[in-house]
Amino acid sequence: MNIVVLVKQVPDTWSERKLRADDSTLDRDAADAVINELDDYAIEEGLRLQEAHGGEVTIVSMGPDKAADAIRKALSMGADKAVHVTDEALRGSDGLVTSAVLANVLRRTGFDLVILGSESTDARMGTLAAMLAERLGVPQMSFASKVETDGSKISIHRQADYGYDTVEGTLPAVVSVVEKINEPRYPSFKGIMAAKKKPVETLSLADLDLDASQAGLAASATEVVSFANRPPRAAGTIVTDEGDGGTKAAEFLASRKFI
Amino acid sequence: MAEILVLAEHDGETVKKVTTELLTLARAHGEPSVVWTGEGAEAGRARLAEFGAAKVYVADSPDYADYVVAPKAELLAHLVALKTPAAVLVAATSEGREVAGRLAVKTGSGVLTDVTALTAAGDGDGLVGEQSIFGGAITVQSRVRTGTPVIAVRPNAVTPEPASGAAEIEPVQADISEDAKTARVTGRVVAERGERPELTEASIVVSGGRGLGSGEHFALIEQLADSLGAAVGASRAATDAGWYPHQFQVGQTGKTVSPQLYVAIGISGAIQHRAGMQTSKTIMVVNKDPEAPIFELADFGVVGDLFKVVPQLVEEIGKRSEG
Ligand SMILES: Cc1cc2nc3c(=O)[nH]c(=O)nc-3n(C[C@H](O)[C@H](O)[C@H](O)COP(=O)(O)OP(=O)(O)OC[C@H]3O[C@@H](n4cnc5c(N)ncnc54)[C@H](O)[C@@H]3O)c2cc1C
Ligand SMILES: Nc1ncnc2c1ncn2[C@@H]1O[C@H](COP(=O)(O)O)[C@@H](O)[C@H]1O
Repeated sequence: MNIVVLVKQVPDTWSERKLRADDSTLDRDAADAVINELDDYAIEEGLRLQEAHGGEVTIVSMGPDKAADAIRKALSMGADKAVHVTDEALRGSDGLVTSAVLANVLRRTGFDLVILGSESTDARMGTLAAMLAERLGVPQMSFASKVETDGSKISIHRQADYGYDTVEGTLPAVVSVVEKINEPRYPSFKGIMAAKKKPVETLSLADLDLDASQAGLAASATEVVSFANRPPRAAGTIVTDEGDGGTKAAEFLASRKFI
Repeated sequence: MAEILVLAEHDGETVKKVTTELLTLARAHGEPSVVWTGEGAEAGRARLAEFGAAKVYVADSPDYADYVVAPKAELLAHLVALKTPAAVLVAATSEGREVAGRLAVKTGSGVLTDVTALTAAGDGDGLVGEQSIFGGAITVQSRVRTGTPVIAVRPNAVTPEPASGAAEIEPVQADISEDAKTARVTGRVVAERGERPELTEASIVVSGGRGLGSGEHFALIEQLADSLGAAVGASRAATDAGWYPHQFQVGQTGKTVSPQLYVAIGISGAIQHRAGMQTSKTIMVVNKDPEAPIFELADFGVVGDLFKVVPQLVEEIGKRSEG
């Protein structure tokens, strides 16, 4: 089975994340960069399906040069090879443009399954799986908390507000995963060493027959008009319980008319 | 006035609260037409009229429920071509975002997700959406510059205000293509859900975390929630431990809530939890560790043992509601 896992490098949620003052795009230098947390689960699911069905796992990531670190980590978990789409002209791409570029890459690599995270921690769009399924004309198997496939049919549990739906389709398909799906492995020492020798193909926009007007900030269908750092929350009242903590909490709720 | 399409969220008869929020928002910028998929439009109509819907486009095929997302996007794209609306509003639920994503691709339009407010652009050119990003640390004003803006609005961000509308029903004939029928819903497993308000819609949410120590102790959270008419939420530590069902998880990989009041009990306030509750209007905290980061967000916090503080709080609320 030809499995492609999409991986995005994002600023660490634990560090301070900022937007650039000049063009309101993500300030990628301000924060530590890590693999989007949910993508670990996507990689893990790809590796498990490979273990069950054979074939190859290819990592595809679009991002700056630095995203090579995220790709290495994915390879060290056990993926076979990677494609890194990187071009200065891609900076500031919105969801619509990102999905167009990634769909273009996926048509080149071919796939039985595309696996991705259901949401990234920076953009939090949660739309890429739907956009890719739309562009590629394949079943949208999104928000999967469980995936089963025999190599031609696929069924998932699609997580929903009320519980889950079972959804069926045929391969090729796009699958997005939620964190309940598995427990991602840690890269082993052997894996880390092996990753250094695995092939990573680097593609520019020209390699994809796209030009700069079709990418990045320029092509994006949305734009940030302005932004403001939220004023810090006014410091609240903190009391230590001396046998009356519950009463004081009730007084607070009453003062704000909640009771 | 420009027409604005609003995709209804409903359960086959009852209109979800978020749809009344979308209607309220749409009314400020144009004339809202609801798009209703599947059955139940007649039943839901009165409510839509109450919130100012001018029209209700009804496509009643069961396919909208039987296939994942794509048929809804197809219907909306059809209506966008037919009616050339000024914008399309959907709820920023996981499914709503996906409808927005597919629609954006079909119509080559920009999409804004998780919008909390809409204003007319200063230069009169279109709408500007407000988004709160990075767990509420930054507020962004964004605009769609290509196509028909597709705007996914965060539930509970807008206060629904009634205003009467005709809610005239207009059936829509839209064929659903085979391409939209590749992911078939074959079953539905509905987790038990009590009488409490829905998490993302509730005006008060009471959440419990690892501090509860066990599933049984969640009864305390439920008691407090019920005394306040609140929904129950949980941290991931609590859902992972199986103390409370996953669909009640609040945070980055759970629900995003922004109620009037959020009460965090025995929750440390990890960044992933904060991402889902930071925009709550008022936050109250009970935690025994004065260093817990959740206190940074608290309007009111009690440093103490939840097993002492919460029962006393429940009792006190009971006394006050009697008195
Ligand atoms: C990919 C990813 C996604 C995640 N998504 C989410 C998410 O969506 N939502 C989420 O919540 N987390 C999420 N997390 C997990 C998050 O990092 C934290 O681990 C989690 O929120 C911790 O839950 P907690 O606060 O209940 O537990 P803890 O951090 O263990 O905190 C428990 C708190 O209870 C207090 N306490 C203990 N006993 C008592 C007592 N008797 N009385 C009063 N206080 C007491 C302690 O002082 C402590 O502060 C995610 C993590 C990852 C890696
Ligand atoms: N630039 C990118 N390169 C590769 N994968 C991406 C990229 N952006 C998003 N993804 C994938 O899409 C998922 C959802 O992202 P989003 O729709 O932006 O929230 C992520 O978890 C990644 O798997």
